[in-house]
Amino acid sequence: MATFTLIINGKKHAVDAPPEMPLLWVLRDLLGMTGTKFSCGRGLCGSCTVLLNGEATRSCVTAVDYAAEKTITTIEGFAEDTNNPLLEAWVAEDVPQCGYCQPGQILTAASLLRMKSHPTDTDIDAAMAMTLCRCGTYPRIRKAIKRAASRGAGKGGEE
Amino acid sequence: MNTVTISRRDFIKIATVAGGGLMLGFRIPSESNSADFSPNVWLRIAPDDTVTITVARSEMGQGVWTSLPMIVAEELDADWNHVRIEQADAHPVKFGSQSTGGSFSVRGSWQTLRMAGATARDMLVTAAAKKWNVAKVNCTAAQSFVRGPGGRKLSYGELASDAAELPVPHSVRLKEEKAFTLIGTRVRKLDTPSKVRGTAIFGLDVRLPGMMFASIQKCPVFGGTVASFDASAAKKVPGVVDVFQVEDGLAVVATNTWAAFQGREALQVTWNEGKWANQSSAAIRKTFESALANRGTVDNYAGNAETALASSSVTVEAVYEAPFVAHQTMEPMNCTAWVRRDSCEIWAPTQSPQPIQNQAAQILGLPLDRVTVHVTLMGGGFGRRLNPDFGIDAVRVAKAMKGTPVQVVWTREDDTQHDWYRPMTLNILKAGLGKDGRPVAWMHRIAGPSSRGLVTGGSTPPYDIPNFVVESHILETGVPIGAWRSVGPSQNAWIVESFIDELALKAGKDPLEYRRSLLSKSPRLKRTLEVAAEKAAWGTPLPKGKGRGIACVDSFGSTCAQVAEVSVANGKVKIDRIVVAVDCGTAVNPDTIEAQIEGAIAYGLSAALKDEITIDKGRVQQESYDDYRMLQFDEMPRVEVHIIPSTEPVGGIGEPGLPPVAPALCNAIFMATGRRIRKLPFGLG
Ligand code: FES
Ligand code: FES
Repeated sequence: MATFTLIINGKKHAVDAPPEMPLLWVLRDLLGMTGTKFSCGRGLCGSCTVLLNGEATRSCVTAVDYAAEKTITTIEGFAEDTNNPLLEAWVAEDVPQCGYCQPGQILTAASLLRMKSHPTDTDIDAAMAMTLCRCGTYPRIRKAIKRAASRGAGKGGEE
Repeated sequence: MNTVTISRRDFIKIATVAGGGLMLGFRIPSESNSADFSPNVWLRIAPDDTVTITVARSEMGQGVWTSLPMIVAEELDADWNHVRIEQADAHPVKFGSQSTGGSFSVRGSWQTLRMAGATARDMLVTAAAKKWNVAKVNCTAAQSFVRGPGGRKLSYGELASDAAELPVPHSVRLKEEKAFTLIGTRVRKLDTPSKVRGTAIFGLDVRLPGMMFASIQKCPVFGGTVASFDASAAKKVPGVVDVFQVEDGLAVVATNTWAAFQGREALQVTWNEGKWANQSSAAIRKTFESALANRGTVDNYAGNAETALASSSVTVEAVYEAPFVAHQTMEPMNCTAWVRRDSCEIWAPTQSPQPIQNQAAQILGLPLDRVTVHVTLMGGGFGRRLNPDFGIDAVRVAKAMKGTPVQVVWTREDDTQHDWYRPMTLNILKAGLGKDGRPVAWMHRIAGPSSRGLVTGGSTPPYDIPNFVVESHILETGVPIGAWRSVGPSQNAWIVESFIDELALKAGKDPLEYRRSLLSKSPRLKRTLEVAAEKAAWGTPLPKGKGRGIACVDSFGSTCAQVAEVSVANGKVKIDRIVVAVDCGTAVNPDTIEAQIEGAIAYGLSAALKDEITIDKGRVQQESYDDYRMLQFDEMPRVEVHIIPSTEPVGGIGEPGLPPVAPALCNAIFMATGRRIRKLPFGLG
């Protein structure tokens, strides 16, 4: 057991946890933030994606000691900005079906747009390929990313 | 307008509601034949204009929480922005069967929901007319307001408490379908905002004060039991609170899920593997093969297929086989239970709360009304969550932890290895053609595990074939079998629609024309087929290396036809597009219909191209997303959906998009490559 300082959605949290405990379970079970989802626990699906210093990261295979002191954004924090063009696009395209994979899809897309504000289909394929959705919302995810890009969701990124 | 009579059995009015307003209870006839006539859906109009509809149907991504209220709101003439939906808790008396399956939700509720909306509307208009002392015919309702002569206007909320004083009318008029203003429009799902903000509560997101988390190690061999175990190492894992045996496994209870998983890894268990310890896919196939040498139980027949076959000038024979397939919902099975001294509360992501409630009552020795099941959102259902096993897990662990709420969490590996699978089947098909090439005889003999309905559903061809017989051998394999999205048709339509293609080509006919000439008894299916063909420009020449395939299926009250277009380069097949025509009766929410078709195609393609559960030493060999793979983002083909305007009764939509995709694709691949696919899954090369 050790104490870690996590900076989640702009707020500091002190947690006592074994250093190797995955960030996913720290968020869900120790801090009660359930927006980040568990699906495989082995880095294979992307349901547990969070942004670590802005970059899409699978929290089920990220130890808490690695995440400490870095900027962590979960879906709850990402959604705090009510004028978020990516979320608006997601709602406009009515992307979710069951919705379970969607936080991971959205944050993976956010990470893509941060790096490429106007991604091509090939860019989108490459970025989203390994974020799984059993409901098959893929066509709408693509549309939502394009819609968001056209409305400046990727602004403020490198480029 | 059509007038419908309201029977006393259909409706009750709740005179006093906390907070005022109008509340009506009404009954959707359930798919199970129940003699119970108490209401199972509630409609409430509150003084603040909010219209709340409480339904006993699970939302698992198929959009029922939006489509069901749309039907009520249409007849009610309510402002859609005021409509809310609530999920009903399990209550056997109040709700009858709450099972969500068979694409039944919308088609089973259509008439009742319309009557409910129309009844409330009628009562609101009557209340306004009374208040203004004018004739009812001079009042109109729209957008949650009643308007009367001289510009008078009252909102539904303002009228609701007066309306509640009125008797329920004996008859109401339903709208002509062409007068619909909400039904048939694209409406965004009511639960979308919470799902994109991460605030939607799925089963796994239930959090209760002082709750514990548990993981259960079950015998990897189906039907195996615990012989002995050593929990000392597991108990040393920080966070682990207790380890004990439950019915068929070992439960590790901890302060967090990860600790429970770690504890489980540290368990030492010896199993009694039981009678299936040596079971394997190869052995199962052998059993099926030898059974197929003999005639099976006749499931359906017409004429005399055997005689007709013997006298046919041309015969075609083929063997088709499909493997066991898992559901693989993204949210693993889980359930939270809290057992108290004389009651139990359960939070379950389930398609069918009542079996959980019944079994919990039995296990705990409680009367049924002391067990409450809250149905949560679920991360995919697809038929998997019709089974109560994960709920029972939670009840058993929570019983041992009396007073403490416990969430039982399955791992992805548990989910893959302890599913209720789509059955593996082996099929022999034989057909005889007449001189004109038309089929005169059709024989389909199926061997599969348990439950005849799951194995044979959808195996009778919809075509004009004077002599046919469908027979089956049902053989026990030890592998649990369950409903998998679109059930029997999901694999039988692949067989029927592939084999009819084989017959068309043998007869030297175009596969579309061949089907068309054989669909005299199914005009709706024929029309659907024709629309798909037309939209896909069937018959226009394709460059070399490209192919088109078609398939049409009538399932769950809807007809669906698909044309797949593929191209082949360097031995690799690429799916260029899938053109879909669907007739699902009145299209309630076209946006949801398109989404469901896209989803069904992704699900069907996963099964066609990738999914296969294999058994060795009595165990499922696959574990997670790396060895049991689903369709990925970059593999999703372009899907074009054409909804056929239709006056047919409302049909299902969660499942009918699935059965045609595999055969349409296989037929297209044959056209492009000459390779006939008779075994699932098949890669794209
Ligand atoms: S749960 Fe983390 S990648 Fe699947
Ligand atoms: S929306 Fe259900 S898994 Fe993606």
